[in-house]
Amino acid sequence: MNKKLLSGPYLMWMIGFILIPLALIVFYGLTDKSGAFTLSNVLSISTEEHAKALWLSLGLSLLSTVLCLVLAYPLAMILRTRGMGQGSFIVFIFILPMWMNFLLRTLAWQTLLEKNGVINGILSALHLPNQGLINTPGAIILGMVYNFLPFMVLPIYNVLMKIDDNVVNAARDLGANSLQVLIRILLPLSIPGIVSGITMVFVPALTTFVISNILGGSKILLIGNVIEQEFTKGSNWNLGSGLSLVLMIFILISMALIAKYDKNGEGTVL
Amino acid sequence: MKKRIQMVLAISALALLSTSLLSGCGKSQAKAGSNGEVYVYNWGEYIDESVIEEFEKETGIKVVYDLFETNEEMYPVIEAGGVKYDAVCPSDYMIQKMAQNNLLAEINFDNIPNYKEIDPKYLEMSKSFDPENKYSIPYSWGTVGILYNTKMVAKEDIPTKWSDLWDEKFKDNILMQDSVRDAFMVALKSLGYSMNTTNEQEIKEAKELLIKQKPLVQAYVIDQVRDKMIGGEAAVGVIYSGEMLYIQNEVKDLGLDYSLEYVIPEEGTNLWLDSWVIPANAPNKENAEKWINFLCRPDIAKKNFEYITYPTPNKGAFDLLDPELKNNKALFPDDSMLKNSEVYKYLGDQSDSLYNEAWKEVKSN
Repeated sequence: MNKKLLSGPYLMWMIGFILIPLALIVFYGLTDKSGAFTLSNVLSISTEEHAKALWLSLGLSLLSTVLCLVLAYPLAMILRTRGMGQGSFIVFIFILPMWMNFLLRTLAWQTLLEKNGVINGILSALHLPNQGLINTPGAIILGMVYNFLPFMVLPIYNVLMKIDDNVVNAARDLGANSLQVLIRILLPLSIPGIVSGITMVFVPALTTFVISNILGGSKILLIGNVIEQEFTKGSNWNLGSGLSLVLMIFILISMALIAKYDKNGEGTVL
Repeated sequence: MKKRIQMVLAISALALLSTSLLSGCGKSQAKAGSNGEVYVYNWGEYIDESVIEEFEKETGIKVVYDLFETNEEMYPVIEAGGVKYDAVCPSDYMIQKMAQNNLLAEINFDNIPNYKEIDPKYLEMSKSFDPENKYSIPYSWGTVGILYNTKMVAKEDIPTKWSDLWDEKFKDNILMQDSVRDAFMVALKSLGYSMNTTNEQEIKEAKELLIKQKPLVQAYVIDQVRDKMIGGEAAVGVIYSGEMLYIQNEVKDLGLDYSLEYVIPEEGTNLWLDSWVIPANAPNKENAEKWINFLCRPDIAKKNFEYITYPTPNKGAFDLLDPELKNNKALFPDDSMLKNSEVYKYLGDQSDSLYNEAWKEVKSN
């Protein structure tokens, strides 16, 4: 009885803010403006512009996820060797920018990258050629990596911290070199962290529209931008919801794939 | 521990009591809410906030004030009717759409004596979307033009027409508006077509023109045009006239070695109006009329103009302005400068989606 009472608020929360909105999106996505059932909203993903936007989003978010992973893993390794005190201080420093609003940080990158921006100012002062990253896909990837990197570092760091030093020492005693320790011991044991890091970076990167607007100069249309436009500018909630459903399918597929690998990963732990 | 909690509770109760007492004193003339409420739905940053307080104090009507960012975002909210608003401030073409779909109530002008302060010129303009002037009262208006940087643009290259925005010289130095109608307006006008065309062939031509322009465009932006142009990021940009006052002041304050000048292109431009309307399902229609009447009062209209800097259609308020401001041609252009200009019309859902699809093609190209 007591437990039921305690779960009450969560249940209400889930129904009110997760299930009902989701049901609304499904409803809008599968109906037209008059309310009749249709699949055209969902199928419109195959039109040239939508498909192009989707592929571009998938490409950019995949690339930024890989970059995040490549940057985050070594960092998490370093933090592990630093031990609890120093390591958690560095993690704290790492999370510190996240106390500031995400939009502000992205806008800050805009001022950094602009033609007359801070970076070009420094480059000019050093008589170096200026960079022209702003309003290109490169700037969007930079924005994604910058904004989502902590979401990759933290889960990997957490998993690595939990690995018993004795396991590593045992491997060393048995003659494993550093590379072997990394590939045979640390990597397999940290797969759950890697997997949750990947989902936490890939999903927001796939759906973002703010980063592409601010750093891409709105010249690069991602699927998130298409959906945003249908809601705020096109007044076409049905199409927007239909496309969101397609996006959800992609996210579900990626999560299912990851869950599968995660299970295998944990299987080796056991 | 328990004692401490009691302390905290007591202190916060005291604090609450004192603030309610204080605020009670402030509104002694007419307690806000004693004469009902008015639900207002307006653009963000589109009113001097002190005007709301003044209205509440004077009339005793409590203002519930909500914001929207685009007309398209506002429309479904009014249509769905989940929240019933009494006074809304959409743009021209959206007012036409709302009226066509029976979402608007006829305004009782007897309740709005200050209506006489509105310059008849703007009521004439309003007729293009509100033919009998019965649904809307103009709140602010303006034009769309080209802003150029005097240092980055040589004298002989100063833009005078929209088609100058296709000049290779400005490659990567053009800021376009990131909105369907404004972007197509530029292309359609430079082709010599109406910005309200529903002709598929003309829209297609405009689309192709915009795709051709895209490699020259630095970015599609909305509000950021202002700051980017002040920062010298681009040589030319498409901008709303209402931003000019802020820009001119900023250029002066920052002591920049260039100035930014505004041009209304020869081919004609978009004349836009944002006007107050009352939705058909408004629960407090009379309060809404009081609200609109209050905003039409010259001193209040002047206050709002000074805050939002978008030109006011209020004759009384205009007369109160400094001569220097009155002669600011970027804000208050001569009628001759507006010869070929048009007001946006609502084109129907079908044409709307035609434009939207074409715009998506431009963006994804």
